[in-house]
Amino acid sequence: MATKPGTLRRKAAYSLKTKRAAQLLFFRRHWEPGVKGWELRRRIGSDYPRVISLLNDDLDRLGLMVKTVFEEEANPPENPTLDQLDKARFYVALKETQSAGEQKLVGWRIDDLAGLAVSLGYIISQGGKASRKDVEDVLREKLPGWRIDLNLNRYLRAGYLVEDENGQLFLGWRTRAEVDQRKFVDLLLRASESKPQRK
Amino acid sequence: MAAAKKQGLLGREELLRIIETCQSIENKGLNPFLVNVDDLVSVIRQYFPNWSDPDELCLDAEALNKIATVIKMQSEWIKQRATSLYRDPFLVEEKLRSLPIERIAEVFTEAWHPLVELEQVTMGSLEAALRYWTELTPLDERWRRENIQLADISPTSREELIKQGILLTETFTEELEKLWNELKIIAENKKIRYWDFIGAETYNETVRRAYLTSFLITYGYAALEVNPLEEEIFVQPFKNQVSKENTPTFSFPISISFEEWSRWRQSRER
Repeated sequence: MATKPGTLRRKAAYSLKTKRAAQLLFFRRHWEPGVKGWELRRRIGSDYPRVISLLNDDLDRLGLMVKTVFEEEANPPENPTLDQLDKARFYVALKETQSAGEQKLVGWRIDDLAGLAVSLGYIISQGGKASRKDVEDVLREKLPGWRIDLNLNRYLRAGYLVEDENGQLFLGWRTRAEVDQRKFVDLLLRASESKPQRK
Repeated sequence: MAAAKKQGLLGREELLRIIETCQSIENKGLNPFLVNVDDLVSVIRQYFPNWSDPDELCLDAEALNKIATVIKMQSEWIKQRATSLYRDPFLVEEKLRSLPIERIAEVFTEAWHPLVELEQVTMGSLEAALRYWTELTPLDERWRRENIQLADISPTSREELIKQGILLTETFTEELEKLWNELKIIAENKKIRYWDFIGAETYNETVRRAYLTSFLITYGYAALEVNPLEEEIFVQPFKNQVSKENTPTFSFPISISFEEWSRWRQSRER
């Protein structure tokens, strides 16, 4: 059965929109990566949620995904409205997680990454907020003193952490975009000192 | 008398103690359920009849306020623990301290989805950058010091200031008054169409008149009447300035676009 010309035109239009969405999401255009929903609406059209869903299907085959971070971080909506999507930020992220050896830690040294994990784990356990001094104390147990300040500043610069004027540390936009907080804490609590042997 | 004084002193000490306890819970982020709010309130209630001095009453109010803060913290504490993300901080901290750093990094990578972001130079961005570079003035020109010429100090005249644009030929109030008088003459104490009043031969003058008219209305020299159904706006002058102190005010935007002005001119010519 031949495809109707209208359907072909629609397919071509969506293919073009998906390409444009991919370029917007992959290439960094501002200081912070990712694109806001309203920006996608302006550049792609009001049907951008559908375009993003199509792009997500394409990315899935490559082990990537479009990650949506809503403003209401603590309580992300299950069926977001267009207004909530407009205010959300869209990123492309790795879908599958890999072992430390496989992904070569995306350019991080293992102790820097562990420092980040410790900082995030501690802040999450304290309800999303902890004093810089307390985080430094936990880090000091396993990292040399001169590296603690350097590392914390690096996490702050990268957007994993945010510090207020009272020296309180909070989770930053990058943590919200990249880290599955619930899974991380659960894995941490279950973790044994030695790596489990894979069959 | 001495007993009452002693009672007052004791009460003050109790209030200060309550304030201090609540404050330390607030500042140190301790478990807010460490204090029994009912006990604290009963202490405040017990000593309240003794207070007559404003200082004592203020202390009493402060203690109550601090208790209210602790109650708020208790509510937040329960909310936080009710979320599915809550795990005992002690257990998490213990794990973070006991696990080797390699293992922590491994665990983290299992919950980590790093963002994909690319930075790439395109022909378009290269062109734009080159254009910018070509148009950029060299540093020695940008940083060149201006030669300052010494000039004699002399008083300046009003005409000179007007020429330099520092002073206007008329002050703003004078301009407003002139326009108000004009409105009174044209309207003859009746309302006239807004565009017929602000409209002028040039677009610039029309905008200037609209700007000044908005002040006439705001300051109570004239009133604006809007007929939304007919889409008509009228302006009516007052004989004397009307005080708007007790009148609720609101903003009403009117578009004075070039197209609107052209339409008004055409309709007038017809």
